[in-house]
Amino acid sequence: MRRGIAATALVAALALTAAACGGDDSDSGKKSSGKLSGTVTFWDTSNDAEKGTYEKLAKGFEDLHPDVKVNYVSVAFGEANAKFKNAAGGNSGAPDVMRTEVAWVADFANLGYLAPLEGTPALDKADDYLPQAAASTKFKGKTYAAPQTIDTLALFYNKKMLKDAGVEAPKTIDEVKSAAKKIKSKSGKTGLYLRGDDPYYYLPYLYGEGGDLLDTKNKKVTVDDPQGAAAFKVMKDLVDSKAATTDASDGYNNQLNAFKDGDVAMALDGPWSIEGALQGKEFKGDKDNLGIAPVPGGSDRQASPQGGWNLAAYAGSKNLDASYEFIKYMSSAKVQQQTTEKLSLLPTRTSVYDVQSVKDNQMVQFFKPAVDKSVERPWIPQANALFEPIRLQMEKVLSGKTSPEDGAKSVGDAYRKLLKDYK
Amino acid sequence: MAVDSSQSLAKAAGAQGARGRGPRTGKTPGRLRRSLSTHWYAWAMVAPVVAVIGVIIGYPLVRGLYLSTTDANEANVERTIGVNHIPATYKSVGLDNYTAVLSDGIFWDRLTWTIIWTVSCVAISFTLGLVLANMLNRKLAGRSLYRMALILPWAVPAFVSVFTWRLLFNEKNGILNKILAGGGIDAIPWLNDPTWAKLSVITVNVWLGVPFMLVAMLGGLQSIPGELYEAAEMDGANAWQRFRHITLPGLRTVSSTVILISGIWTFNMFPVIFLLTRGGPGDATEILVTYAYRLSFVVSPRDFAGSAAWGVIILLLLSLFAVVYRRALRKQGEVW
Repeated sequence: MRRGIAATALVAALALTAAACGGDDSDSGKKSSGKLSGTVTFWDTSNDAEKGTYEKLAKGFEDLHPDVKVNYVSVAFGEANAKFKNAAGGNSGAPDVMRTEVAWVADFANLGYLAPLEGTPALDKADDYLPQAAASTKFKGKTYAAPQTIDTLALFYNKKMLKDAGVEAPKTIDEVKSAAKKIKSKSGKTGLYLRGDDPYYYLPYLYGEGGDLLDTKNKKVTVDDPQGAAAFKVMKDLVDSKAATTDASDGYNNQLNAFKDGDVAMALDGPWSIEGALQGKEFKGDKDNLGIAPVPGGSDRQASPQGGWNLAAYAGSKNLDASYEFIKYMSSAKVQQQTTEKLSLLPTRTSVYDVQSVKDNQMVQFFKPAVDKSVERPWIPQANALFEPIRLQMEKVLSGKTSPEDGAKSVGDAYRKLLKDYK
Repeated sequence: MAVDSSQSLAKAAGAQGARGRGPRTGKTPGRLRRSLSTHWYAWAMVAPVVAVIGVIIGYPLVRGLYLSTTDANEANVERTIGVNHIPATYKSVGLDNYTAVLSDGIFWDRLTWTIIWTVSCVAISFTLGLVLANMLNRKLAGRSLYRMALILPWAVPAFVSVFTWRLLFNEKNGILNKILAGGGIDAIPWLNDPTWAKLSVITVNVWLGVPFMLVAMLGGLQSIPGELYEAAEMDGANAWQRFRHITLPGLRTVSSTVILISGIWTFNMFPVIFLLTRGGPGDATEILVTYAYRLSFVVSPRDFAGSAAWGVIILLLLSLFAVVYRRALRKQGEVW
């Protein structure tokens, strides 16, 4: 009899928990009245200087939908990809909405982690998006994300240092070299900081020589064409001639610190570093000292890789309805305008560029032409794996252990191993 | 829950005992049955541990072994995303993954460096630990203070100290190079030059490893009876002879164990390498485990089968090392 009581108690307890869970379920998502409720967990990948603003903007969604709670989580850019994959693939702990780098969308969508957004509220006025920004949200004919911000690399320069040396912002690599020489003789400082640790920064040099990583249309690896080797040669020459300084580790911080403190006069960086740079001693209280120009061109053209961030909904989200609305809100013209006003990040909607405050934003004025000319990266599931082989060879080439030709060839071989159907 | 599993296991063991009894016609109880009837309590006590170890070590191990013989990757394993269920579509490929790893030059490069790294780290930290333990194993003012200070690296979480070291090593803004600059010495590319990076990671790992050696050695030293030293001194043995013929043999059991353990730890020391250099510059400091991590977390879609094969190979290498090491010790008459 006693055992019977215990069993009954157990069953009752289980039933209660089940009921509690059930209660939770019916709580989230859309209620019969069509009002949104529940929680939206949002993983944001913005950097330290930006995340405060993003958190405030994300929380602004609660004002529009008082029954929805936004759970803002800041995730470091470096680990966000693996963290999302672990959570999504393990079906536990994944966010409802993920801030997804442009090259990750195809990767996540290929694995079935993202919810297609066609016909949902998330895609609001889709023809307002810049065409390059929209291109990165598509995979196999479906749209899996809404563009939030677009960016590209540009040349950051210290106006005072360049003026003291009597040079203009360089438009070509050759001009960078001659400017660096004058800067060195004038102030003893180095001209350019060259990121030797991050393969992303190989791309402007590669595009500048007229090359590309892959030809996705013809399924061909093109990085080991002569342009790939030429790009390595240009980088090595900049370092060897002391026009540029570099590191094999910690490049992001070293570059930003060197530029902020006036140890180097120029650096290739993106809009995400504007806030950080302005906090440095060279620019604090003297915002106008920061100059931004398109990346210096190689022998063929001036071009830099298209980057940026999209917003995607996790396919397994328990609260998709609210998630779609949240994406709509975060990529809306109003929020994009606010991010531009506060962080100088570039909007992905054409209409936002017509807003006066955005038009007047100097950083937008500098970056928009660069973005218009930026080169789309291969939007394929393996896109993220394309960087590792470059990183490896970049170090070997810059330290002189491998010739630029062999370096480019090794990258190409690694790509063919990675992409079975490419030749 | 633990009680449940112990009962069921005891029952299972009992069933086996009953079967064992069969051919013996019940006169003399089977060995298993006898041991069960005398030691049933011990069996019941270890059963939960066996069950837990089976679940948290056995299952992943078997699963890893199985995956390493397939072409599983992130895009073809079974996964459930909310209400959608995607079935597994990977297939068996036999030992292809292993031949691919072993015929790849990268594996042998990484293995060579991993061995150099392990041997130098263990040798240096063992020697330092031994020396420091001998210095501290005597009465001197502030002994406990020194001991505390030397154990400190152990008390700080590894990632904190590794990040601190990374700041120290920074070529442009690090304190080490600032000090050198004060002495008029050019900046050293601590983490940016392959050779220096190798020295740097070894230095940090030795710094982290010495406390363990020190504590173990101190314990060993204190278990050596003082009379032996007194007797040796009476016989006119000098300090070196006493160290050579009393201390070293006395430490034998402790040192052989700590060398084995720290050898295995160092071989698989992921955090130091990964947090300090990320395997760079290039792949200069990449050891086997960090490379396996690269395969399973950086490549997309992530290559589960390939990294499982690396994991199994690492396991085999370490098991081989442990067996050979034990054999060698046993030959020298060590009971271990």
